[in-house]
Amino acid sequence: MDELIISTVAQGLLWSVMAMGVFITFRTLNIADLSVEGSFPLGGAVAAMLLAEKVNPATAIVAAGLAGMLAGAVSGLLYTKLKIPALMAGILTMIALYSVNLRVMGKANLSLLNTDTIFTSLEFLKLSPNLTTFVAGLCIAVAIPLWLYWFFGTEIGMAVRATGNNPQMIRAMGVNTDDMFLLGLVLSNGLVAVSGALIAQDNGFADVGMGAGTIVIGLASVIIGEVVFGTRNFKNSLISVVLGSILYRIVIAIVLYLGMPPNDLKLFTAILVAIALSLPLVKAKWDSRMVGM
Amino acid sequence: MLKVEGISKTFFAGTVNEKTALKNVSLEMKPGDFITVIGGNGAGKSTLLNAVAGVFKVDSGKIYIDDVDVTQMAEHKRAAYIGRVFQDPMMGTASGMMVEENLAIAARRGKTLSLRWGFRDDESVEFKEKLAKLNLGLEDRMKSRMVTLSGGQRQAITLLMATLRRPKLLLLDEHTAALDPKTAEKVLDLTKKIVEENALTTLMVTHNMRDALRFGNRLLMLNDGEILLDIHGEEKAKMTVHDLLEAFEKSGGEDVSDRMLLS
Repeated sequence: MDELIISTVAQGLLWSVMAMGVFITFRTLNIADLSVEGSFPLGGAVAAMLLAEKVNPATAIVAAGLAGMLAGAVSGLLYTKLKIPALMAGILTMIALYSVNLRVMGKANLSLLNTDTIFTSLEFLKLSPNLTTFVAGLCIAVAIPLWLYWFFGTEIGMAVRATGNNPQMIRAMGVNTDDMFLLGLVLSNGLVAVSGALIAQDNGFADVGMGAGTIVIGLASVIIGEVVFGTRNFKNSLISVVLGSILYRIVIAIVLYLGMPPNDLKLFTAILVAIALSLPLVKAKWDSRMVGM
Repeated sequence: MLKVEGISKTFFAGTVNEKTALKNVSLEMKPGDFITVIGGNGAGKSTLLNAVAGVFKVDSGKIYIDDVDVTQMAEHKRAAYIGRVFQDPMMGTASGMMVEENLAIAARRGKTLSLRWGFRDDESVEFKEKLAKLNLGLEDRMKSRMVTLSGGQRQAITLLMATLRRPKLLLLDEHTAALDPKTAEKVLDLTKKIVEENALTTLMVTHNMRDALRFGNRLLMLNDGEILLDIHGEEKAKMTVHDLLEAFEKSGGEDVSDRMLLS
């Protein structure tokens, strides 16, 4: 049971990196970017391919992140330079990445069972596999939000946030909003790909289909985090994303434990996100009814 | 200061919705000029301001700010010269960000942004002083998100933001139209104070004839994309709303919109 809890939280920590990527586009830039469905397996694919070639795991993760950033740049250029709506730009990148990912791996599935991973390289800690994942996840899930907090507090980071908030206003303040959207998408997809690389190493394989539902899982984590842990300020929002990601994994573990067939997981997640997204409206209606009484 | 030479703009050219918003408009502003712009709906007031701000490129003509040809310059590049306040109080600020953050962004208008921290402590002190001068109690709300403030408070802050770094040109696009009369009056007073203190060259669009006469040293009346009336100094100072309406009809203005009359 303890092992199950540790493993669940560890999973949440690894996935939180992806959720932060989704947070950047969905909340900070205020666009729904579907390229993450492609950049998540891209990260897995690049890392797996390099690990199979005996490349150092840390290098492989960095390379995965860079590949994701490139994918984000493609979406960003489609959106800003060619004026393709963000949703459509993301879908195009996602579909294109499916072929790219197959090419990167050379096949649909690449096993990592007999290769070194970031987790096997931590074996010197002499911890159980689950605890190793937990420790690695914790380091990453603390370091990345700290870095994001710094970045979004800089002049450029504040301009990115303002771009998502009110592009008209920030243009009037002399900022090229196209550059800011591009930067945000690059950053977001880089993080998502890093998460993909971590999850592939944790699972022991990379699969071309591992990205299905990434955006919904990301949204679920972001929204659950916001509802439960708040959005008082930017720092609070970032922490909420990490905790939301962990909470999402716990919810999934519980419903699976209670006997829900794993095949229904995506349906369950979609319903969860639909409910969470409609909460503000339902709450407003409820409040106004209470006032009427 | 600002020199506009024969600019024209047609929207939706070649479609049934074709609309010529500016017809060969020329205008020259001296440093320190405070021009009020009036005209009915669709007269081209906002189009003129947006053309100067670079929201769109004009079809023909030239725009110079301080002898720099900005005709082809992108909106965000022109921002280095121009401070703007919009009609919609939601428009001028980033609603999800704190008052302090909005001001910090405004303090860097037109500058190249870096990876330095977004605001400095000494700036916070300066912001607080300037907010206190607005007399709206906003100095205690530096950490509040803009969305929690009223329309009047937001417009006052937008005004402060537009002038935090002294702009060569201040563009006010009916910035009090969405406010209740009392708040509008307060924001107008603030506008006057800030413009006078900083000797700003200002172009203010309004639909209120009384305000147009009360403020500024020069008045433009637009009609159908053209400058119909251009009244300066003494002549403007002596004018009443009645005179203005008469002058408008004499110079061939078609119909005075109800909105202008009622204001």
